[in-house]
Amino acid sequence: MNIMTEQSLENAVGDKMNAKSNEVIKMRGDKVGVFYGEKQALFDVNLDVRLNQVTALIGPSGCGKSTFLRCLNRMNDTIDSARVTGKITLDEEDIYDKNIDVVELRARVGMVFQKPNPFPKSIYENVAYGPRIHGLAKRKADMDQIVESSLKKAAIWNEVKDRLQEPGTGLSGGQQQRLCIARAIAVSPEVILMDEPCSALDPIATARVEELIDELRQNYTIVIVTHSMQQAARVSQRTAMFHLGYLVEEGATDKMFTTPDDKRTQDYITGRFG
Amino acid sequence: MSSLLVLAIVVAIGLVAFFIGRQRAAAQDDGRVKPHSRAHYHGWWAFLLAVLPALLLLAAWNIGSSIYLDRHIHAALPERTADSKVASEALDVSLVKSLAKGLRQLDAGTLAALPATFAELQPLLAAKGVALASDTQDYMIPIAAEANTVQSRLSLIGAAVTLVLSIAGALYAFRQIAPRARARNNVERLMLWGLLAASTIAILTTVGIVLSMLFQTITFFESVSPMSFFFGTVWDPRFAAAGSGGSQGQFGLIPLLAGTLYIAAVALLVAVPVGLMSAVYMSEYATPRVRSVVKPALELLAGIPTIVYGIFAVVTLGPFLRDLSAALTGGSPFIQGQSIFTAGLVMGVMLIPVVSSLSDDIITAVPRAMRDGSLGLGATRSETIKRVILPAALPGIVGAILLTASRAIGETMIVVLAAGVAANLTINPFEAMTTITVKIVNQLTGDLEFNSPQTLVAFALGLTLFALTLVMNIVALYIVRKYREQYE
Repeated sequence: MNIMTEQSLENAVGDKMNAKSNEVIKMRGDKVGVFYGEKQALFDVNLDVRLNQVTALIGPSGCGKSTFLRCLNRMNDTIDSARVTGKITLDEEDIYDKNIDVVELRARVGMVFQKPNPFPKSIYENVAYGPRIHGLAKRKADMDQIVESSLKKAAIWNEVKDRLQEPGTGLSGGQQQRLCIARAIAVSPEVILMDEPCSALDPIATARVEELIDELRQNYTIVIVTHSMQQAARVSQRTAMFHLGYLVEEGATDKMFTTPDDKRTQDYITGRFG
Repeated sequence: MSSLLVLAIVVAIGLVAFFIGRQRAAAQDDGRVKPHSRAHYHGWWAFLLAVLPALLLLAAWNIGSSIYLDRHIHAALPERTADSKVASEALDVSLVKSLAKGLRQLDAGTLAALPATFAELQPLLAAKGVALASDTQDYMIPIAAEANTVQSRLSLIGAAVTLVLSIAGALYAFRQIAPRARARNNVERLMLWGLLAASTIAILTTVGIVLSMLFQTITFFESVSPMSFFFGTVWDPRFAAAGSGGSQGQFGLIPLLAGTLYIAAVALLVAVPVGLMSAVYMSEYATPRVRSVVKPALELLAGIPTIVYGIFAVVTLGPFLRDLSAALTGGSPFIQGQSIFTAGLVMGVMLIPVVSSLSDDIITAVPRAMRDGSLGLGATRSETIKRVILPAALPGIVGAILLTASRAIGETMIVVLAAGVAANLTINPFEAMTTITVKIVNQLTGDLEFNSPQTLVAFALGLTLFALTLVMNIVALYIVRKYREQYE
């Protein structure tokens, strides 16, 4: 396991060199706090998400990393008791502003969930769902084009191209998750949020999805919540460590995994707690 | 000794056995051997052994002794001759039995000096509040008195045997008590049998209902051909007096079936959209506070007896619609006071809570992941409901609608009052029509000879209705099962 981690770290370091050139801030969280009813789940989080990079959110269970992720496309709005304070911007625009349409925001900031959740529809319809709602395709041929390119980008096209009309729920877990990624890509989002996308998958499917995440970085900005330190090290350029609702530390992934500033980060990544 | 008293004593013995059994089992636990069953299982086992065999015996004894008594009275009655005053032998026996029952009310002194004639006896019984048929004969009095002695002897023996068996059962259970005795398994096995028996009752009752209707239906089809029943378009049973040999009448099912389906369709047309939309509102939009008020209020509708809906239809809604249509056309109303439309409308309102409550559960059961997935793609709430949640819930909703349709088809009281009893065949929803259930009630009430086709047709109708709703329920269950796992 140790050897593997070191190897991944080396890869991550290599990626870092390439990524240095464009450090544009895509999303910025400014003193973000979240309350569920009376209980505060997140405290004053300041975190930047950089364009065309993978930002990993790590930390023990219940530390607020998923809560923060769900703030980024306002999925917390669907929970009645949730209340968000502070400011989150997308391209320097406040996404909690009254003028922002939440539906439009979610089309720009897509989301992939922990458990693969394909709709009980055909594979084709699963991918076509978003574009259809947003009216992205005028003709059938355009839609076919979107579906095909999304499935190709999600690296699942070759496996499903002959059975596009079969139900998406009939695929294996890993395929379902890549289908969900294709579904998110189909609406051409700018940012893709992934909430532990591999936690329900076996190691082989996980490897496929991780590979995919690395490819997607070319075109999209990605924020990923993960429980696996190896995964964070393998796929991300930047890592943010959460603990008990606070952002403990944030920085370049290679630095976080070699010389973290905070004792808690060091304890967590060396497996002393969490 | 009355059976009720015996029953009470047996249960009392059982309870005593329970406590003793539990006590003994607890006393045996000296901590050296780990007991197999906890003490109260031994207690329950003792209770069951004391009560169950004894009660089974009591039931068997009661049935047996009543058969024996019948035979006894039968044998004692004088040989029947052409000038017997009582119409039949069975009547003879039952007269003796009711006389015997009456005699039991008298005190010992009166019984010792029983008058020989019924004329003298009657005032004595009347004073005790016992009314007897006037054709009770003098010769029955000694037979009845004799029957009473036989019966009291029999029941005394029965009670004694039952109590002995009960005590024996308890003692047997006490002897079995040992640390490693498997009382828990015994009790569990009996529980299983008890549950099995309970579920069998429902099935056996259904079979019994079907069979009872089936035999009457076969008798009906001996006088009316199935062809003219199933495909006849005229319902005109002609209530001819019994035995007058009048014309048979026509028993065409079509007008009733059409009326049943028509009214049910109108009702569903009202109930399904309204019910479904209120279910969507309650499961997707309503805040918990609104939901906690609206849902019980809606379900209150389901608690109103259907006859009350019928009264509302016939007193308020029917005349209102008639007057409204009259006002619209300027004089002649095109909606009759009793019409398919009125009945369907009211029945639909009655069914709204059924649809909404069933669909609400189904919609709520759609996993949250489906909603999140759709909302996360930038779909609005209504798009999510329309394109993801309702399709996912569709099989369940179809099942709910079919169950509702079964109820609409079986509904009687609203139809009687709101749509009338005239068996028309029409496609105009503003005219009167009637349903199968209404006609069943119609044919079974009144002074008709039971063996006439006019009465027996009710069973044929009932069986048809049973088959109709059975098929609908089977289809509903099939649909629900087939698509259930879709989002799991």
